[in-house]
Amino acid sequence: MDETSLAIQVHGLQKSYGKLRVLKGVDFDVARGSIFALLGSNGAGKTTIVRILSTLLKPDDGTARVDGFDVLSQPARVRESISLTGQFAAVDEILTGRENLVMIAELRHVKGTGAVADELLERFGLAEAGGRRVSTYSGGMRRRLDIAMSLIGSPRIIFLDEPTNGLDPEGRIDVWQVVQGLADGGTTVLLTTQYLDEAEKLADRIAILHDGTIIVSGTLEELRKLVPPAKVEYVERQPTLEEIFLAIVGRDKKEQR
Amino acid sequence: MNTQFFSDTTVMTRRSLRHISRSMDTIITVTIMPIAMMLLFVYVLGGAIQAGTDNYVNYLLPGILLIAIASGISYTAYRLFIDLQSGIFERFHSMPIARSSVLWGHVLTSLVSNAISVVVIILVGLVMGFRSSAGVPAWLAVAGILGVFTLALTWIAVIAGLSATSTDGAGAFSYPLIFLPFVSSAFVPTASMPGPVRAFAENQPVTSIVNTIRALFAQQPVGGEIWLALAWCVGILVIAYAFAMRAYRRKIA
Repeated sequence: MDETSLAIQVHGLQKSYGKLRVLKGVDFDVARGSIFALLGSNGAGKTTIVRILSTLLKPDDGTARVDGFDVLSQPARVRESISLTGQFAAVDEILTGRENLVMIAELRHVKGTGAVADELLERFGLAEAGGRRVSTYSGGMRRRLDIAMSLIGSPRIIFLDEPTNGLDPEGRIDVWQVVQGLADGGTTVLLTTQYLDEAEKLADRIAILHDGTIIVSGTLEELRKLVPPAKVEYVERQPTLEEIFLAIVGRDKKEQR
Repeated sequence: MNTQFFSDTTVMTRRSLRHISRSMDTIITVTIMPIAMMLLFVYVLGGAIQAGTDNYVNYLLPGILLIAIASGISYTAYRLFIDLQSGIFERFHSMPIARSSVLWGHVLTSLVSNAISVVVIILVGLVMGFRSSAGVPAWLAVAGILGVFTLALTWIAVIAGLSATSTDGAGAFSYPLIFLPFVSSAFVPTASMPGPVRAFAENQPVTSIVNTIRALFAQQPVGGEIWLALAWCVGILVIAYAFAMRAYRRKIA
């Protein structure tokens, strides 16, 4: 792949906190318009990578380019291209949902801030709650607002750090739909997750981060080839608890996708 | 400094002012303690205090205003700390904005909220018998000094907010600042204090600020005291700002 088709290029990235070496030389590339999942256990260094890519943290060594711009020498240009949704919903509790959106729209110098806010509230099922203070929102609503805030100004690349952490099954599916929709619209999405099914469902490419390095990366098909070929076995398939839950609470399966 | 900085700071300040207007209890908390102290000193202890003045409220008010500001700025530290904790600080810093506007929004809000407290306390002072013959220039001078004093202490609060590890810690730094007026000319003349205490009281910033404001209210010549007061305020402001920026850079590096 040539340079221009890559949204993110990471080479030899290293970062230590004191004596603790969190990243020991991380390499990966993300193609434009794709969904890339960084999979890893807690403390694997996923958040550290996201913070470096979003110019919140400086790497000790290695290079990282986002939308063609170097995170160290052109951080302001990087910030023009990206949007970050951190691990914990970064919303203003005291403002209403709508005020949060308008504030971000103003900071991004988007025209028609009110209309942008209303459109997003509608799209994320928050139209009714828009006038309420965020402190009254549920975890899922906060997350949706958080992601909605990240979409303002149509950034080309979006970082989602454990976007479904702490959400109920329905909330997770909502987020998945949003992420899929973003990628369909040409936005590059880098998401971190510790849930295998999430990476499996969403990502075009998956990289497994373990002990400070990417131990494998590729498409799901490529990763599957790394383990012995599947044996054909016939088993009676029981519905998963998730399927049972969703069936009972009345969510049509076709709707999940 | 460019137009982006000003427009971003405006957005940040509006956000922060909304926090104030939606938690009026913070302003009430900030004003009630100094007002209670004013009542205590005027109506309980005042009769026994030899301040050499016939209107003790006039004598007391400048010191009370400084106490109100010293306790008011702790909310700046608190709000900044909450921003850091909630992740919204990081969200702002990953956006294409003038980054320092995140701090300036809090600082300007501190100026506004402390101005409100000061006005409320002066109104209560008027009810209690505070009288001033000061004209517009003298009032402007008082406002200017209190403004620079607020700015200086607010930047100290920024340091505390950026480096605190708990909400309690974010607020606790203000206690010594609140206490400082007690060991000054704010409540009693320094001449009544024993040697070393008097030496400290006469050479700490609060005394010169209190004396200046008192003189301005009473239409008396301020002499060199006003320059000493301003030098203290500006000096603290410059040093606090430098340390706040250092703490800030460490936070975002």
